[in-house]
Amino acid sequence: MGDLFAVVMLSGIYSLLSAALFLDLHAVDVAFTEASVGAGISTLLFLATLKLVPRYDKKSRYKPALALGVVVVTGALLIYGTLDMPHFGKADAPVHEHVAPRYLNESMDEIGIPNVVTSVLASYRGFDTLGEVVVIFTAGIGVMSLLRISRQAKKEAKSKTPADMQQQVILRVVAKMMIPLILIFALYVQFHGDYSPGGGFQAGVIFAAGIILYTMLFGLSTAQLVFKRKVLELFTAIGVFLYAGVGFVCLFMGGNFLDYDVLRHDPVHGQHLGILLVELGVGITVASVMMTIFFKFTWRTVKHKYNQ
Amino acid sequence: MEMLLDILSWILLASGSFFCLTGALGLLRFPDFFTRIHATGITDTMGAGLILIGLMLQASNWIVFAKLFIILLFSLLAAATACHAMAKAAIKSGLKPQTKDNREIEPEEQPSKP
Amino acid sequence: MNILGLYNYWIVVILMLIGFYIVIAHENLVKKLVGLAIFQTSVFFLYISMGKITGATAPILDEKWQLYSNPLPHVLILTAIVVGIATTALGLSLVVRIQEAYGSIEENDIQIQDTQDQLECQLEAYGIQESLTTFDQDIDE
Repeated sequence: MGDLFAVVMLSGIYSLLSAALFLDLHAVDVAFTEASVGAGISTLLFLATLKLVPRYDKKSRYKPALALGVVVVTGALLIYGTLDMPHFGKADAPVHEHVAPRYLNESMDEIGIPNVVTSVLASYRGFDTLGEVVVIFTAGIGVMSLLRISRQAKKEAKSKTPADMQQQVILRVVAKMMIPLILIFALYVQFHGDYSPGGGFQAGVIFAAGIILYTMLFGLSTAQLVFKRKVLELFTAIGVFLYAGVGFVCLFMGGNFLDYDVLRHDPVHGQHLGILLVELGVGITVASVMMTIFFKFTWRTVKHKYNQ
Repeated sequence: MEMLLDILSWILLASGSFFCLTGALGLLRFPDFFTRIHATGITDTMGAGLILIGLMLQASNWIVFAKLFIILLFSLLAAATACHAMAKAAIKSGLKPQTKDNREIEPEEQPSKP
Repeated sequence: MNILGLYNYWIVVILMLIGFYIVIAHENLVKKLVGLAIFQTSVFFLYISMGKITGATAPILDEKWQLYSNPLPHVLILTAIVVGIATTALGLSLVVRIQEAYGSIEENDIQIQDTQDQLECQLEAYGIQESLTTFDQDIDE
């Protein structure tokens, strides 16, 4: 398969199919995230890269026999290793003892929201989610430092909007109808994550996808008038700050770090407030980082077009 | 009443699945890019649309009904726009539709607006 | 022992091997990143399929259901998906920089250019100022 465009499209289809499979395996939150992140943002970033690298790859001259041998031996060892695993779907597997029944049984009394995945993610395992938000933040910083914008590209690109985008009348009209609804849907997913599949990650990615659609149809400079670069970079930090700030406020009010029980007069209300703020921080950081990464990639294509 | 709703849902779901299958068959067997876009458009609009209407009849409360209705609207809008975008991109890249007698089809010049 | 109940692990292993083979055998960097994404997805399937219970439902508490699938793998994989996209974004920006620095994203070309640069540096260290191309021309004459 020599065409990288076809490879990227097939990987997007693969992500969508695996999201459907996750749904069949009762993992609704994971399916939502995989569909929005894997089939959405990941394919977008691959396509943005394809504008900057050659679209066709060269045929390799050697036959990868050694690689095949290594792969087959590894596969045989792995299959031998899975012979002791519990059967698929059994309710008495060891993974369903110890911690999971406690989460399922006590979640309604201690935290009081129906979606157990959100309560585990934001409250029981809040530390892991804090680390994850920092990972996204680090990825944003990494891309920001790798793909810096030169001042010359900024000056040249300010005056030139793509002229052929003026003729995409149908796309612009439909986008103007759909983008506000996409953003409202992102907010709905953010705040309804307690009762249905959703939460901060999915909401941030959907918000970023709406803004990316706007950028693709109306031009990068128009989008940057609304989302200025410095403000976006500030917002990536604000999300992490909000998350860690909630943890510190819990410390100051007498509990442990990220112990939301002490935030309000009643532990259950404290948990609700803590989860709300924490998911908001996650959503802000994820949306800002995804938008920043896409804008950096698009600025790089501008640099290519006008600096060659 | 329940029986009528169930039968209607069955008919709609079955025809929606039929359209999805024919759309997939068309995607594999049609000769030209533009005809293949038409096949996938059938899958998105008729296939998904009929399945969603069949599910709407089975909704247990009005919130689920409203959500399915909104999904139907968005799906129709986005599918049609995606087909249009693909066809426009193909014309712009110079892909010419394949005709029966191998006639040459020239794309019309777009009126350039300021 | 009925090993047909283990078919979900075999699917995971096959996907893992496909991703592994793509990463080590293909030369194009973008293809390697796609192979890495396939590998990551296979690991997600491993965890999620271990958490499924037949006859249960998604872990959203409801009065009508008593048995729920395990929510703990869902939380871990949610984190893993987002970390995966972060890694992919960084990898893609590295690919863009490599393309600008070396002019190609095939592993062979990059290695050839690196070896040439290394040999030129060593020749300069020994005081020989000529580049490798002029060396070839002297032999032809």
